[in-house]
Amino acid sequence: MNAAPMFDARQLTVTFGRPTLLSRLAGRAPVVGLRAIDLTVHTGETLGLVGESGSGKSTLARGLLRLNRASSGAVLFQGREITNLEGKPLRALRRRLQMIFQDPFSSLNPRLSIGRAIAESLIIHDLARGREINERVAASLAMVGLSGQLATRMPHEFSGGQRQRICIARALCCSPQFIACDEVLSALDVSLQGQMLDLLERLKTELGLTYLFISHDLRVVRRIADRVAVMYLGRIVELAPTGAVYTHPAHPYTQALLAAVPTPDPGIERARRLVALPGEPPSPAHPPPGCAFHERCPRASARCRTELPPLADIAPGHQVACFHPS
Amino acid sequence: MNEPLLNVENLSVEFSTRAGSHAAVSDVSFTLCAGETLGVVGESGSGKSLTMLSLLQLLPNRAAAHATRAQLGERNLLQLTRTELDAVRGREIAIVFQDPLTALNPVLSIGRQITEVLRHHFRLDPARSRLRAIELLARVGIADPALRMTQYPHEFSGGMRQRVTIAMALAGDPKILIADEPTTALDVTVQAQIVSLVAGLLEQTGMAAIWVTHDLALLARIADRVMVMFAGRVMETATCEDLFARPEHPYTQALLANLRQAEGATTAVTADAAARGCPFAPRCPAVANICRSTAPALSRAAHGGQIACWAGRE
Amino acid sequence: MNTWERLLHTKPARRGLLMLLLVIAAALAAPLISPTSPDHLDPGARLLAPLSRSAAQPDTHHPGMLHLLGTDSVGRDTLSRLIYGSRLSLAVGFAAVLLGALIGTLLGVISGFFGGIIEAVTGWLIDVQLSFPFLLLAIFLLGALGGGKTAVICVLALATWVNYARIVRSQVLSIRNQGYVEAARAAGAGSMRIIFIHILPNTLTPLFVVASFSMAQAILTEASLSFTGLGLDPATPSWGTMLNDGRDYLLSAWWISTMPGLAIGFTVLAVLMLGEGMREVLDPKAAP
Repeated sequence: MNAAPMFDARQLTVTFGRPTLLSRLAGRAPVVGLRAIDLTVHTGETLGLVGESGSGKSTLARGLLRLNRASSGAVLFQGREITNLEGKPLRALRRRLQMIFQDPFSSLNPRLSIGRAIAESLIIHDLARGREINERVAASLAMVGLSGQLATRMPHEFSGGQRQRICIARALCCSPQFIACDEVLSALDVSLQGQMLDLLERLKTELGLTYLFISHDLRVVRRIADRVAVMYLGRIVELAPTGAVYTHPAHPYTQALLAAVPTPDPGIERARRLVALPGEPPSPAHPPPGCAFHERCPRASARCRTELPPLADIAPGHQVACFHPS
Repeated sequence: MNEPLLNVENLSVEFSTRAGSHAAVSDVSFTLCAGETLGVVGESGSGKSLTMLSLLQLLPNRAAAHATRAQLGERNLLQLTRTELDAVRGREIAIVFQDPLTALNPVLSIGRQITEVLRHHFRLDPARSRLRAIELLARVGIADPALRMTQYPHEFSGGMRQRVTIAMALAGDPKILIADEPTTALDVTVQAQIVSLVAGLLEQTGMAAIWVTHDLALLARIADRVMVMFAGRVMETATCEDLFARPEHPYTQALLANLRQAEGATTAVTADAAARGCPFAPRCPAVANICRSTAPALSRAAHGGQIACWAGRE
Repeated sequence: MNTWERLLHTKPARRGLLMLLLVIAAALAAPLISPTSPDHLDPGARLLAPLSRSAAQPDTHHPGMLHLLGTDSVGRDTLSRLIYGSRLSLAVGFAAVLLGALIGTLLGVISGFFGGIIEAVTGWLIDVQLSFPFLLLAIFLLGALGGGKTAVICVLALATWVNYARIVRSQVLSIRNQGYVEAARAAGAGSMRIIFIHILPNTLTPLFVVASFSMAQAILTEASLSFTGLGLDPATPSWGTMLNDGRDYLLSAWWISTMPGLAIGFTVLAVLMLGEGMREVLDPKAAP
């Protein structure tokens, strides 16, 4: 881990929907995407971000990449504050930060050839002209295992797995330093996922990238992440090196999450009298007071219902936001 | 061994397109006995959903199903008339689909949708059907069912909606429950809840079930037997224990290896469905010449189940 | 594009296209196929029924000719006027569609993309336009602009821009949330680039359907405007003005209005069938 962290989020809060008088009268509250997030992404690491729907993991990735606006708090990129960056300087920053999305079918403009789509960042930032563009596009395609001759084809001629690789090529073309992978494997068949993970890891080593890897699939995150942050309703509830999260989870939500993942072993699965976590995640529009998890938590106490637990160290490098960690 | 409830032999589903006909499902055979849960696992394009839909004649217009046998008891499912089908759908075989949002009518209250099933199949009067609906909602774990009855689908969360569709499936008191990827669209903790719920309900009612999924690990908990499909064909069928402990088909082995993340277990298992021959031949580590020319039929496997593979045959 | 191939395979589209091409060919080849000049007056051959022959005029060296579709009140050959009239009607139709599409698409895109006050204002404009009786608006504008080709085109464009604006706006709203738009933004694209390269090209397909229906609407509206005397200069031959010419003779010399009426019907049918075919082809629910 190098000196300056790649990203530093300080008390980052993102809310959707500005409260107007009308909406307040209608009882409609703004939706909280992120609540006072403190997070550091180290250069060269793969940070896994797990959580269920409404946890805010996509919002956090977009918050770091400035694809949304912070309501309060700060985001720093390599020591420089980018929280309120707009217009040209923000766009110039974009070539260093890239994102790959979940759905390979809607991530590519159906009217552009894939070569043109991949070259977009080169064109926008004027990084290459004419023949050099074609060369760099071919090089990007080669990096993801596709032939450069495919550059003239249209997206609909490719399968889901191939399209996802094209999206990776697009992200790599401008030689970024950081890539956020937002559920990039979810739309792919299980057998393809392994291939894609290997590709991503290889690219990271070869090109010296830093990854933010978002997934709801804990099995996949375990394979690729160095550290894992577990999110629940806009807050980070546990942050630790991968090994620690999977073998010694401290937060009750992390434990429940891990317990809910099916293992391919009938003996274990049937013996396990699974006490499934009751209820569902609360609505981001109406977060409960205190710890958001208290309604479903087996260890909830009076304190949990009123006070918000801060993210604190329980072991070197292992942080938990809980008043009763294991 | 009791008489199977459902007996399917050589089922195939063909799509007619402008470019000719295309077999999405070929030569699928399986049985289902009372009280047992059959897990069907396969990736997208494996034909697992189509197989189930064909049994209730729910295929899209361009598709046609044929089978040597598709018996529910004495009746041939593929040849039932509309009236006969009506008596089977929901009443003897019920389906729960993947997306509860589209399975529920957004403009009708939940109560109305459940009572509709009851009134259609049992001719219950409004009062009785209302009571029964409340009972069913309570059974699937929905708190305050009398109030929830009057609410609309958009007022329920994803997991709750799926519980409602399960309640609707139970309403007909069916002998067989087909669950087509019912938890795929749900969060993992909610998935665990639904799996527990269904496992419990199956135990209580003694219903037989077919659980279709792309996640093999899920079946470890709930299935008695597992059928593995690939590119429209059955690769292997075995008891749950045998499949996970002693898989014989190379495809099943690759799937499990991927799941267990064993060393070097990144064999790409893509569905290059060849028109002739075994669809897994291009990627199979044990492939022989015959595999490329002729698709193997299902035969008895060493573990007692069935396997469609030329390897290890005399 | 395979969409065009599919279009040609669709029966209504094929027929519509053929019919339209016939009309366009006739318009283009007018000087070649027209029996005589549309303005040629022959006072001696007034109100002749179809298939009648006009008498020869020795002093003007004008040979008698066969009037396939008869003549009008000042002796002009209906068929010639019909053929030349197609030029004006089609030209006005196309121009109106183009102008309407331009205005409508532009407004639709900026209101869908930027939202906020622009969307509110555009929405209000659309509502006002739709609730205002069109004929009144047309009369007022044509009166103010003094009639003539340009005025009519502008008024027709005004009649149809709303169709495009609404469709484009709803398209933009849904495309805006597509992955590739966000990917473009993440790559550093500015609003202009996103609108012109990513959003607009993907809104074009339903536009073609709207354009075909608008064309039909434009031709019919031009005809009604000219019929009421508001539109094009009555001296120039267009199907609309021909309708007007025959107004007083509907029961006696019925062919003067009926022939252009049939021509309008034929063309509008062609355009609608083409549009229908396009809608069939572009409808995502149709079988592949």
